[in-house]
Amino acid sequence: MVTIIEVNETNKMIEQEKLDVRTITLGISLLDCCDSDLDALNRNIYDKITRVAENLVSTGREIELEYGIPIVNKRISVTPIALVGGRACRSPEDFVEVAKTLDQAARDTGVNFLGGYSAIVSKGMTPADEALIRSIPAALSSTERVCSSVNIGSTKTGINMDAVKLMGEIVRETAEATKENNSLGCAKLVVLCNAPDDNPFMAGAFHGVSEADAVINVGVSGPGVIKHALEGVRGKNFEVLCETVKRTAFKVTRAGQLVAQEASERLGIPFGIVDLSLAPTPSVGDSVAEILEEMGLESVGAPGTTAALALLNDQVKKGGIMASSFVGGLSGAFIPVSEDQGMIDAVNRGALTLEKLEAMTCVCSVGLDMIAIPGDTPASTISGIIADEAAIGMINNKTTAVRLIPVIGKDVGDTVEFGGLLGHAPVQQVNRFCCADFINRGGRIPAPIHSFKN
Amino acid sequence: MSKTIITVVGKDAVGIIAKVCTYLADNQVNVEDISQTIVQGYFNMMMIVDTSGSTKPYAGMVTELDDLGDAIGVRIRCQREDIFTKMHRI
Repeated sequence: MVTIIEVNETNKMIEQEKLDVRTITLGISLLDCCDSDLDALNRNIYDKITRVAENLVSTGREIELEYGIPIVNKRISVTPIALVGGRACRSPEDFVEVAKTLDQAARDTGVNFLGGYSAIVSKGMTPADEALIRSIPAALSSTERVCSSVNIGSTKTGINMDAVKLMGEIVRETAEATKENNSLGCAKLVVLCNAPDDNPFMAGAFHGVSEADAVINVGVSGPGVIKHALEGVRGKNFEVLCETVKRTAFKVTRAGQLVAQEASERLGIPFGIVDLSLAPTPSVGDSVAEILEEMGLESVGAPGTTAALALLNDQVKKGGIMASSFVGGLSGAFIPVSEDQGMIDAVNRGALTLEKLEAMTCVCSVGLDMIAIPGDTPASTISGIIADEAAIGMINNKTTAVRLIPVIGKDVGDTVEFGGLLGHAPVQQVNRFCCADFINRGGRIPAPIHSFKN
Repeated sequence: MSKTIITVVGKDAVGIIAKVCTYLADNQVNVEDISQTIVQGYFNMMMIVDTSGSTKPYAGMVTELDDLGDAIGVRIRCQREDIFTKMHRI
């Protein structure tokens, strides 16, 4: 029987330390919606999403109420649209129509984001992949809830540098297309290497082809809980530090596993995975940066930051793995700048640079995330940053991603407000030296050797 | 069906237990265990209850207990026991 101490501990985590389940994401396969007629395709997609996800939001609310734990987001991921729309869509404009259908389906089911406006082009691009990619700026500027991702490389295939070059241009065009809104479109666009099929987190969520018809994936959170636990072991050695993170991650993940199983049972949809990522929000006390600082860093970005993040990420996994029957998705610590008050503060005090963030992405999931950069950053420079990040993912056999926001009309020193969970960000300095000749070479970077690792 | 945990936290006052128990009795909810402490004037109670005999929808009970808490100046939470057992038991 549970004790009053345990009950109080859990409720304190929820009420004071911001423990929540970050997202229940319902993955839906749209492969059976394919049609050669665009109208029929749109109808099939709308009908399937609204049918399968009909009770997603209400069920999420029910679980929230009965267990007393907030479930912040209810979301949907779908099969990469480049695959689904390939037959019907003959131009980027046709794909934009599909994006609008997805947006309508998201609105009508009550989810706040729908991911999967995606193309997987790690080795090459089909005409449909390219048309979808070229439609992204128009799709993201004419929809509200659709998220887009493009996988441009993997450890098995190498990096598709033609796609990297194109994505640099697409990120810029998306920024231009949404410049009235602080280039917000780029917050819904992520470029990935080694993208997982079962990621529940936006903007990179899509329902991979290896998945079943429908599946429930859950993303847990809880940076505040870990930070609070570490306050109790100040000055203790690394063994104690690591054990504390691990134990706390176990508890956090068990809550996520429970919610996942309940949602799966109530919706009659199989449970997929729990994603163990520590996901911060802009509110104070819900920050990954604050955990690293609690470990003994004056500011995130100081020497020692990469080591601190590495141990945090590893211990979260060690604790979480035992708490869940299936772990997947991204599973690590997120270090988005605009969504983490501690990261924002570190940038503002000059402690955290883009280069240090890049180093941190070597040991965490997922990558350079929600970073505002000057609006005049050239497309080739954005491609260069994407290539660097993809190389880290490819060589280290891990997922990496880039979600940069070149904010049109803003420069270093300005601050940009994105609103809600997306937060606000200081515009960061980007290295001004050119890499255009490297990016313009075209072709592919071959897959790396899988032995002789150093 | 799993058990439910009701927690009441707030400034101590006369009749808190009585009011919560009256509500539960009115809704055919059986109280199986009560533990309670008062720390620095703050009332902290946990009840383990069985709601299987109640006809009230679970969500309705959560909301009404929350409202009752507001009326008597304490925080009342009503949660399924699993959230605690899963977190604290292997």
